[in-house]
Amino acid sequence: MGSIFTLSIVQSALELGCIYSLVALALFISFSILNIADLSTDGCFTLGCSVGAVVTISGHPFLAFPAAMAAGVCSGYVTAFLQTKMGVPSILAGIIVNTGLYTVNIAVMDFSSNVNLFGCDTIFGMAKEVSDASWYGDWYKIAIVAAIVLIIGVILAWFLNTRLGLSIRATGDNEYMVKASSINPVFTITVGLCVANSLTALSGAILAQYQKSCDINLGTGMVTIALASLIIGETLIGKGGMFKRVTGVILGSCLYRFIVAVALRMSVPAECLKLVSALIVAFAIAFPYLKGKASFYRSRRMAVVDDGEEGEDRC
Amino acid sequence: MLTLKKISKTFNAGTVNEKKALNKVSLELADGDFATIVGSNGAGKSTLFNAITGLFYVDEGQIFLAGEDITYRKEHVRSKVIGHLFQDPLKGTAPHMTIEENMALAYLRASTASHAYFSRISGKEKQMFREQLSLLNMGLEDRMKQPVGLLSGGQRQALTLLMATMVTPRILLLDEHTAALDPSTAEKVLELTRRIVAERRITCLMVTHNMHQALELGNRTLMMDGGSIVFDVQGEERSRLTIDDLLKQFQDNAGKQLDNDRILLSR
Repeated sequence: MGSIFTLSIVQSALELGCIYSLVALALFISFSILNIADLSTDGCFTLGCSVGAVVTISGHPFLAFPAAMAAGVCSGYVTAFLQTKMGVPSILAGIIVNTGLYTVNIAVMDFSSNVNLFGCDTIFGMAKEVSDASWYGDWYKIAIVAAIVLIIGVILAWFLNTRLGLSIRATGDNEYMVKASSINPVFTITVGLCVANSLTALSGAILAQYQKSCDINLGTGMVTIALASLIIGETLIGKGGMFKRVTGVILGSCLYRFIVAVALRMSVPAECLKLVSALIVAFAIAFPYLKGKASFYRSRRMAVVDDGEEGEDRC
Repeated sequence: MLTLKKISKTFNAGTVNEKKALNKVSLELADGDFATIVGSNGAGKSTLFNAITGLFYVDEGQIFLAGEDITYRKEHVRSKVIGHLFQDPLKGTAPHMTIEENMALAYLRASTASHAYFSRISGKEKQMFREQLSLLNMGLEDRMKQPVGLLSGGQRQALTLLMATMVTPRILLLDEHTAALDPSTAEKVLELTRRIVAERRITCLMVTHNMHQALELGNRTLMMDGGSIVFDVQGEERSRLTIDDLLKQFQDNAGKQLDNDRILLSR
């Protein structure tokens, strides 16, 4: 098995795992906490990527991140507006925004389907010049993305324990209670989706600088991949405090990248990766149900043995 | 404290399913009044509560609370001053959040400053929550970090009551809040209700199917049928009333037999 994990595979899995973990954290807010399936994730990721790329090209590699996040907030606001003020069902609101964002993204990239950032200053390029040490050359990318994810993770966990964060969590947990506690669900859903989408867009912007390019189809299937990371993380860590759960999501995202890396090493063609993620998500979501089913069949079989004929009647 | 002026609500107006749930209901509750409401299923008791809390706006009429017209005020704004307990103990608390976090949410009502959004639960508040929980005598003060989903129905309802009254509401609406609990737990929650309401002189409306409770608790009894209040008794007249009188009143006012087994069985 040792040959499966070469150093470069571990590195790239960690790097991508950290970058994409921001999308998983976004879905953690919308899917796990607010209990809303936000399907605008794909488009929002590309939005962050294209805005980040364009701002980076114009010579502002640092400004690219807040710019992308602001774009994400706008996208999240539109999704929230549609479902809270316009009566559009939440899934449909996400799909509508996702569709609309395609045009927006193309427009951001000046109506071309891709842009590249070669020769532009990026945070990765700047960080590389800090030191010539050979170990540094291997690890500086991980250091940057891990630092960003660490900061975001701590802020997010802190935020979810503030009063506003508690209100957002309660909104997805019990709508009756929320209304009876003088919390405005329209407001909490809007804030939640804005925060979630800003993280998705931030992830896109980091990826743009990381791979020095942006493509209009980059975000396709992102929601499934992030969901896979989220579910792996939640299954792994289980329930607990916010810090624990946020950590779980980040670990889940890295683990997902390892699974993908292993799949690639086992000569699964790269084109099949989306199918692999789809299978992982389907299995991860179905797993608790199948587990329950299995224990039912086990107890049914036991009942027949224990109680003789009576046991069969009960089935 | 609470004044309803001829409020009406019709559901599915203009269809075959049209249902006049509230029909020109007028009610005046004095400060500190504790009124019980009885009535058969579909009499409009829960609809009345939902009109007061603002789940929907009434078709006509006006609602005043402490002199303010709240007829078209939004639900979450009203809930700052209205406490509402449901029959289902699961509705009042967030199951995946801890006891402490649930109480912090209820305590949100107390703070009106916008900077409070980004504040966390302070040690002082935790201490206050703990003291309040210890009054329940359920040992919940030692389980503040546990998710509420682990509590029993009775414990959850007691916690909900505590949360609804943590910041003293102008009016407390109890919609059969002990009906889903086993008799001894129900008695405990009821005792708690009685104590909290009496101690803080909270104006209170309570729906019950228990005729004994309807006469025993509070200082006023209302009877609803077909979307109207058909009988309203308080003071000395009420103290002389027996359960049989109440059932007979129902027959006279509604012009029909009680069609509700639960009422008859709970005599």
